[in-house]
Amino acid sequence: MHKTDDITLDSICKIEGHASLDVKVLNGEVKNVKLKVVENMRFFKEAVLGKKFSSVQSLVSRICGTCSTAHFMGAIECIEHTFNAGVSEQSLMLKHLVMNSMQIRDHAMHLFFFCLPDLFNKDSILDFKSDSEKSLLHDALHVKEVGNAMGRKIAGRSVHPLHPTVGGFSKLPSNDDIKSLIRMIKSERDKAVQFVDLFYDWDKVLERDTNYIATHMGDDYNFLEGNIYDSKGVCIPDFAFTNYLNKVVVPYSQAEGFLYGGETYMVGALARMNINKGNLHKYTRRDLSKHISRFPSKNAYDNNLAQAIEIVHAMDHSLEILERLELRNEPVQEIKPVAAGGTGIVEAPRGTLYYYMEFGGEGVVDKIEIVIPTAQNQIMIEKDCGLLVQNCLNADMDKDEIKRELEILIRAYDPCMSCATHFLEVNWK
Amino acid sequence: MKKIRLGWITFTCSEDNTIVFLELMNKHFFEFSDKIDFAYCKVLRTSPDIFEVKDIDVFFVEGAISTDDERKQLEHIRKVSKYVVAVGACACTGYPAGQRNRFPPLLKRKISNRVKRYGLNSEVHPVSKYVKIDDRVMGCPMQEEAFLSILNKYLEMVI
Repeated sequence: MHKTDDITLDSICKIEGHASLDVKVLNGEVKNVKLKVVENMRFFKEAVLGKKFSSVQSLVSRICGTCSTAHFMGAIECIEHTFNAGVSEQSLMLKHLVMNSMQIRDHAMHLFFFCLPDLFNKDSILDFKSDSEKSLLHDALHVKEVGNAMGRKIAGRSVHPLHPTVGGFSKLPSNDDIKSLIRMIKSERDKAVQFVDLFYDWDKVLERDTNYIATHMGDDYNFLEGNIYDSKGVCIPDFAFTNYLNKVVVPYSQAEGFLYGGETYMVGALARMNINKGNLHKYTRRDLSKHISRFPSKNAYDNNLAQAIEIVHAMDHSLEILERLELRNEPVQEIKPVAAGGTGIVEAPRGTLYYYMEFGGEGVVDKIEIVIPTAQNQIMIEKDCGLLVQNCLNADMDKDEIKRELEILIRAYDPCMSCATHFLEVNWK
Repeated sequence: MKKIRLGWITFTCSEDNTIVFLELMNKHFFEFSDKIDFAYCKVLRTSPDIFEVKDIDVFFVEGAISTDDERKQLEHIRKVSKYVVAVGACACTGYPAGQRNRFPPLLKRKISNRVKRYGLNSEVHPVSKYVKIDDRVMGCPMQEEAFLSILNKYLEMVI
C-alpha cells in the first residue's frame, strides 16, 4: 500500500448497528484513527425522565434489540436496589437463567453469524457450501437456539422480555418448559464445546497492555450480581463508578468514549475471563482447561474465544439451576417507592452495563445515567485499529487486505452501535 | 432454482427486528439460503453501497426515518424494488424511535443542539410518509408468524 494513503471503511458490515472508520496515514505511519458511530439518536435518556419506575425497563429495552435483555434486567436491578426490594431465591435463579439465555443467544449470533466466516476466509455463512461447513452451521444454529428457547420459556421472549418485572416474575415457566430446557442443554452442549476449539485454534494475534473491568462476585461467575473490579484487583464502589471514569467527547461520533483513571480499558467477555476465569462452572473448567489456561490474555481477538467459553459456562450454570429448580407460585413483591437513588449493574454480552437512577417520592424518574459497554470500548477499539494498521503497513500489506483485517478486529470487539449512540450529552458551543 | 432477490435495511431503531430475523434463521437458515439471494443485508454479508443496489424483488425496511440521508436511501429502495415491506413498530408507525416528536417544549429545547449537530430532522416519521409501502409487519419486535407469512407470500409470487 502507498505510504500516504488514508484508509476508510464507509460502512462496517456484520456488526450490530452502523459505524465507519477513518485511518490517517502519513509517510508510512498511522497518525489518526476515528471510529465513527453513525446510528441516529433516539434520546432514550430524556424519554425516561418523568416516567413511573414500573415502566422504565420496557422503555430502555428498546434502546437495543440484541442487548434488550441486558437493559431490561439492568433497569430492574437498579429499581430493586433503590427501593430495597429483595427478591425471592426463586426469582433470583430465574433472573440468572434470563441473563444466561441472553449470553448464549447473543454470543452465538456474534460468533456464528458475524465471525465464523472470518475463520474460513469467507464473506458470509451464506457462502458455506460444503457438507462439513453445512454441518458446522447446523450445530451453530442449534447452539444459538438454546439461548433463544431459554429466553422464550423463562423471559417470555428472547428480545424485549415480558415476564421478569420489578419484584419478581409476572409469569413463571411451566415444569414442562423446565424439563424441555434440561433436555435441550444436555443435547446441545457438546456442539458448543467444538466451537471453543475452533476459536482457540484461530491464529489471529494483536497483543497489547490495557486495563480490564468486569463485575466479580466471590466464587461465582455470573452476569447478574457482583461488584465492579479492575484487572489489578481494585474493587470500584457501585455508587462511585462514574467518578473513576473520564468521559471523553468524541466529536466525530454519535457516541462518547471513556478512560479509566486516565488510561484505556476494555470491558466484555475478554475482561470477564481475565478477571474471573477461576470461577467458571466446574464442568466448564473440567472440559475446557486447555482453552481457559490461555487467560489472562492480552490478545484482542481472544474476546471471541472468551465468548465461546462463556456459552458453555452459561449452559452448565443454567443446567445446574434448572435441575434444582422447584417452581412454586409466588406473588410479585409489592414496591413502595421512596425518594432515593440507586445503581444496577449487569454484565451485558459486550461488557459491564451500569445504570444509576434517582426517583422522586412517587417513584418517578428524576435522573438517569447509563454507561454503555461499547462506549467504554470505543477508545480501545481506535487504539487497537491504529496498532493493527501500523503492523500491516510494516508488513507491506495492500489496502484491501488491511481493510479486511480492520473489519475482523472490530468484529472481535463485538461492538453494539445501537446502544452506544444514545447517551452522548455534550453542550455544543 | 430461481431465487428471490431480497434486501434488508435498518434505519433509526433498535434493530430488534433484525435480531428476530436472525432468530428465525435458527430453524429456517437452510431454507432461506436456498430460496433467497441476499442482495443487500449488511448483518449477513458485505453489501454494496445502497445507491448501487438494483433489481430487488422485495426490500424489508426496519426503522423510522430521522434524516434526509435516510429518506434518500428509502426513495432509492422504492425505485429499485418491486415490493417494499415495513417491518416493526418504528418503520410502520414512527415510534418508539420518534418519541422525541412528543417531548414537551423544554425537553425539545434541551436536545435541539444535538438534533442540529448530527443533522437529524426536526421530526421522525414512519417510512410510509415518504414512499408507498406494499405490506407491513407490526410489532416491537415484529411478530414472527406475521413476518414468515409475508415472506412466504413473496417467495410464492416471485419464485
